[in-house]
Amino acid sequence: MFVTNIEEIPGKRIVVCYGVVSGSTVRAKHVGRDIMAGLKNIFGGELEAYTELLTEAREQAMERMHRQAEALGANAIVNVRFSTSSVTAGASEIYIYGTAVLVE
Amino acid sequence: MWDLYFFISLIVTGYIFGQIHERRHYASIKQREQETMHMVMISTKRPLGELSPIKDARLVQGGVVISVDYFKRIVTSLRNFFGGNIRGYETLVDRARREAILRLKESCPDATQIINLRLETSAIYKGNGNQIGSVEVFAYATALYT
Repeated sequence: MFVTNIEEIPGKRIVVCYGVVSGSTVRAKHVGRDIMAGLKNIFGGELEAYTELLTEAREQAMERMHRQAEALGANAIVNVRFSTSSVTAGASEIYIYGTAVLVE
Repeated sequence: MWDLYFFISLIVTGYIFGQIHERRHYASIKQREQETMHMVMISTKRPLGELSPIKDARLVQGGVVISVDYFKRIVTSLRNFFGGNIRGYETLVDRARREAILRLKESCPDATQIINLRLETSAIYKGNGNQIGSVEVFAYATALYT
Protein backbone atom coordinates (compact mmCIF):
# COMPACT_ATOMS: atom_id res chain seq x y z
CA MET A 1 0.00 0.00 0.00
CA PHE A 2 1.47 3.37 -1.07
CA VAL A 3 0.53 6.23 1.20
CA THR A 4 1.46 9.89 0.64
CA ASN A 5 0.13 13.29 1.59
CA ILE A 6 0.62 14.76 -1.89
CA GLU A 7 -1.81 14.43 -4.77
CA GLU A 8 -0.03 11.62 -6.55
CA ILE A 9 2.35 8.73 -6.15
CA PRO A 10 5.53 9.98 -7.86
CA GLY A 11 6.57 7.75 -10.73
CA LYS A 12 3.17 6.04 -10.91
CA ARG A 13 -0.01 6.76 -12.82
CA ILE A 14 -3.43 6.88 -11.16
CA VAL A 15 -5.90 4.70 -13.07
CA VAL A 16 -8.95 4.45 -10.85
CA CYS A 17 -10.19 6.72 -8.06
CA TYR A 18 -12.33 5.11 -5.36
CA GLY A 19 -13.16 8.16 -3.28
CA VAL A 20 -12.51 9.06 0.33
CA VAL A 21 -11.44 6.50 2.90
CA SER A 22 -10.96 7.22 6.59
CA GLY A 23 -10.10 5.73 9.94
CA SER A 24 -10.56 6.99 13.46
CA THR A 25 -9.95 6.06 17.10
CA VAL A 26 -10.85 7.57 20.43
CA ARG A 27 -8.38 6.67 23.14
CA ALA A 28 -7.88 7.31 26.82
CA LYS A 29 -4.95 6.31 28.96
CA HIS A 30 -5.20 4.34 32.17
CA VAL A 31 -5.15 5.95 35.60
CA GLY A 32 -1.51 5.15 36.37
CA ARG A 33 -0.35 7.05 33.33
CA ASP A 34 -2.64 9.91 34.19
CA ILE A 35 -1.08 10.25 37.64
CA MET A 36 2.43 10.21 36.15
CA ALA A 37 1.35 12.88 33.69
CA GLY A 38 0.01 14.91 36.60
CA LEU A 39 3.43 14.79 38.24
CA LYS A 40 5.13 15.73 35.00
CA ASN A 41 2.84 18.73 34.88
CA ILE A 42 4.69 20.06 37.91
CA PHE A 43 8.21 19.42 36.60
CA GLY A 44 7.62 20.04 32.91
CA GLY A 45 9.16 18.02 30.10
CA GLU A 46 7.97 15.44 27.66
CA LEU A 47 4.99 13.28 28.57
CA GLU A 48 6.25 10.01 27.06
CA ALA A 49 3.08 8.15 28.03
CA TYR A 50 0.94 10.53 25.99
CA THR A 51 3.33 10.53 23.05
CA GLU A 52 3.15 6.75 23.02
CA LEU A 53 -0.62 6.78 23.39
CA LEU A 54 -1.11 9.09 20.44
CA THR A 55 1.35 7.13 18.30
CA GLU A 56 -0.55 3.93 18.98
CA ALA A 57 -3.85 5.63 18.28
CA ARG A 58 -2.56 6.94 14.95
CA GLU A 59 -1.27 3.49 14.00
CA GLN A 60 -4.67 2.01 14.70
CA ALA A 61 -6.56 4.68 12.78
CA MET A 62 -4.13 4.26 9.90
CA GLU A 63 -4.70 0.51 9.90
CA ARG A 64 -8.45 1.02 9.77
CA MET A 65 -8.05 3.34 6.82
CA HIS A 66 -5.82 0.78 5.08
CA ARG A 67 -8.39 -1.94 5.58
CA GLN A 68 -11.13 0.23 4.13
CA ALA A 69 -9.00 1.00 1.08
CA GLU A 70 -8.10 -2.65 0.61
CA ALA A 71 -11.77 -3.62 0.73
CA LEU A 72 -12.39 -1.23 -2.15
CA GLY A 73 -9.58 -2.78 -4.15
CA ALA A 74 -7.24 0.21 -3.97
CA ASN A 75 -3.46 -0.13 -3.77
CA ALA A 76 -2.63 3.43 -2.76
CA ILE A 77 -3.96 6.30 -0.65
CA VAL A 78 -3.09 9.85 -1.65
CA ASN A 79 -3.57 13.23 -0.02
CA VAL A 80 -3.74 11.88 3.52
CA ARG A 81 -4.74 14.34 6.25
CA PHE A 82 -4.61 13.98 10.03
CA SER A 83 -6.82 15.64 12.55
CA THR A 84 -6.90 15.49 16.33
CA SER A 85 -9.60 16.61 18.70
CA SER A 86 -10.19 16.12 22.38
CA VAL A 87 -13.71 14.84 22.76
CA THR A 88 -13.69 14.52 26.53
CA ALA A 89 -11.22 15.12 29.36
CA GLY A 90 -8.36 12.65 29.20
CA ALA A 91 -9.24 11.22 25.80
CA SER A 92 -8.45 12.25 22.30
CA GLU A 93 -9.80 11.40 18.92
CA ILE A 94 -7.57 10.79 15.94
CA TYR A 95 -9.08 10.97 12.50
CA ILE A 96 -7.19 10.16 9.32
CA TYR A 97 -8.63 10.51 5.85
CA GLY A 98 -7.39 10.28 2.31
CA THR A 99 -8.35 9.34 -1.22
CA ALA A 100 -8.11 5.70 -2.25
CA VAL A 101 -6.75 5.15 -5.74
CA LEU A 102 -5.42 2.40 -7.97
CA VAL A 103 -1.97 3.08 -9.41
CA GLU A 104 0.21 1.26 -11.92
CA MET B 1 -0.10 27.70 56.53
CA TRP B 2 1.01 24.25 55.30
CA ASP B 3 -0.96 24.86 52.15
CA LEU B 4 1.12 27.92 51.45
CA TYR B 5 4.38 26.04 52.02
CA PHE B 6 3.19 23.31 49.71
CA PHE B 7 2.27 25.82 47.04
CA ILE B 8 5.62 27.60 47.29
CA SER B 9 7.56 24.35 47.16
CA LEU B 10 5.60 23.34 44.06
CA ILE B 11 6.52 26.60 42.39
CA VAL B 12 10.19 26.28 43.36
CA THR B 13 10.52 22.65 42.22
CA GLY B 14 8.60 23.51 39.07
CA TYR B 15 10.97 26.37 38.35
CA ILE B 16 14.17 24.42 38.98
CA PHE B 17 13.20 21.23 37.15
CA GLY B 18 11.46 23.14 34.38
CA GLN B 19 14.57 25.21 33.69
CA ILE B 20 16.81 22.15 33.72
CA HIS B 21 14.49 20.29 31.36
CA GLU B 22 14.22 23.20 28.99
CA ARG B 23 17.94 23.85 28.83
CA ARG B 24 18.72 20.18 28.23
CA HIS B 25 16.03 19.91 25.62
CA TYR B 26 17.24 22.97 23.72
CA ALA B 27 20.81 21.65 23.78
CA SER B 28 19.67 18.33 22.35
CA ILE B 29 17.44 20.02 19.74
CA LYS B 30 20.26 22.25 18.53
CA GLN B 31 22.69 19.37 18.26
CA ARG B 32 20.27 17.15 16.36
CA GLU B 33 19.26 20.00 14.07
CA GLN B 34 22.90 20.35 13.11
CA GLU B 35 23.11 16.63 12.43
CA THR B 36 20.03 16.55 10.18
CA MET B 37 20.63 19.87 8.45
CA HIS B 38 21.70 18.20 5.19
CA MET B 39 18.20 16.74 4.66
CA VAL B 40 16.04 18.69 2.24
CA MET B 41 12.66 19.39 3.77
CA ILE B 42 10.09 21.65 2.15
CA SER B 43 6.40 22.36 2.57
CA THR B 44 5.46 22.50 -1.09
CA LYS B 45 3.83 19.60 -2.90
CA ARG B 46 6.41 19.44 -5.69
CA PRO B 47 9.98 18.33 -5.03
CA LEU B 48 12.81 20.81 -5.56
CA GLY B 49 14.35 20.44 -9.02
CA GLU B 50 13.99 17.38 -11.20
CA LEU B 51 14.10 14.16 -9.23
CA SER B 52 14.31 11.17 -11.48
CA PRO B 53 13.47 8.42 -11.22
CA ILE B 54 11.59 8.38 -7.91
CA LYS B 55 11.65 4.81 -6.63
CA ASP B 56 9.52 5.16 -3.55
CA ALA B 57 7.29 7.66 -1.77
CA ARG B 58 6.32 7.13 1.81
CA LEU B 59 4.29 8.93 4.44
CA VAL B 60 6.51 9.77 7.40
CA GLN B 61 5.50 11.20 10.75
CA GLY B 62 6.77 12.36 14.10
CA GLY B 63 4.95 13.53 17.19
CA VAL B 64 5.61 14.70 20.72
CA VAL B 65 3.65 15.78 23.79
CA ILE B 66 5.34 18.32 26.03
CA SER B 67 4.11 19.66 29.32
CA VAL B 68 4.68 23.04 30.88
CA ASP B 69 5.95 23.21 34.47
CA TYR B 70 4.07 24.47 37.49
CA PHE B 71 6.00 27.72 37.81
CA LYS B 72 5.26 28.74 34.24
CA ARG B 73 1.63 27.91 34.64
CA ILE B 74 1.32 30.25 37.63
CA VAL B 75 3.25 33.01 35.85
CA THR B 76 0.98 32.57 32.86
CA SER B 77 -2.16 33.00 34.90
CA LEU B 78 -0.72 36.32 36.13
CA ARG B 79 0.22 37.28 32.59
CA ASN B 80 -3.34 36.62 31.50
CA PHE B 81 -4.35 39.44 33.77
CA PHE B 82 -1.91 42.02 32.38
CA GLY B 83 -1.68 40.83 28.81
CA GLY B 84 1.44 40.56 26.66
CA ASN B 85 3.73 37.84 25.41
CA ILE B 86 3.72 34.60 27.34
CA ARG B 87 7.34 33.54 26.98
CA GLY B 88 6.88 30.27 28.82
CA TYR B 89 4.32 28.98 26.38
CA GLU B 90 6.18 30.33 23.37
CA THR B 91 9.21 28.21 24.20
CA LEU B 92 6.96 25.25 25.02
CA VAL B 93 5.37 25.23 21.58
CA ASP B 94 8.67 26.02 19.88
CA ARG B 95 10.36 23.05 21.55
CA ALA B 96 7.48 20.75 20.66
CA ARG B 97 7.49 21.77 16.99
CA ARG B 98 11.23 21.42 16.55
CA GLU B 99 11.23 18.09 18.36
CA ALA B 100 8.38 16.74 16.20
CA ILE B 101 10.18 17.79 13.01
CA LEU B 102 13.40 16.20 14.24
CA ARG B 103 11.64 12.94 14.99
CA LEU B 104 10.12 12.99 11.53
CA LYS B 105 13.54 13.50 9.96
CA GLU B 106 15.13 10.83 12.10
CA SER B 107 12.49 8.32 11.00
CA CYS B 108 13.67 8.50 7.37
CA PRO B 109 17.44 9.14 7.32
CA ASP B 110 17.83 7.83 3.75
CA ALA B 111 15.19 10.01 2.11
CA THR B 112 16.33 12.18 -0.79
CA GLN B 113 13.76 14.87 -0.13
CA ILE B 114 10.96 15.36 2.35
CA ILE B 115 8.11 17.26 0.78
CA ASN B 116 4.71 18.64 1.78
CA LEU B 117 5.48 19.02 5.47
CA ARG B 118 2.40 19.66 7.56
CA LEU B 119 2.27 20.47 11.25
CA GLU B 120 -0.65 20.00 13.51
CA THR B 121 -0.91 21.29 17.06
CA SER B 122 -3.44 20.26 19.64
CA ALA B 123 -3.86 20.91 23.33
CA ILE B 124 -4.26 18.05 25.74
CA TYR B 125 -6.59 18.72 28.59
CA LYS B 126 -6.13 17.40 32.05
CA GLY B 127 -9.04 15.86 33.86
CA ASN B 128 -9.62 18.67 36.35
CA GLY B 129 -9.85 22.28 35.35
CA ASN B 130 -9.50 23.28 31.76
CA GLN B 131 -6.16 24.99 31.87
CA ILE B 132 -3.96 23.83 29.03
CA GLY B 133 -1.03 22.08 30.63
CA SER B 134 0.47 20.32 27.65
CA VAL B 135 0.65 20.60 23.95
CA GLU B 136 0.92 17.97 21.24
CA VAL B 137 2.63 18.64 17.95
CA PHE B 138 2.39 16.18 15.13
CA ALA B 139 4.37 16.54 11.92
CA TYR B 140 3.79 14.56 8.75
CA ALA B 141 5.24 14.66 5.28
CA THR B 142 6.04 12.58 2.22
CA ALA B 143 9.55 11.18 1.95
CA LEU B 144 10.86 10.64 -1.57
CA TYR B 145 13.54 8.08 -2.34
CA THR B 146 15.54 7.98 -5.53
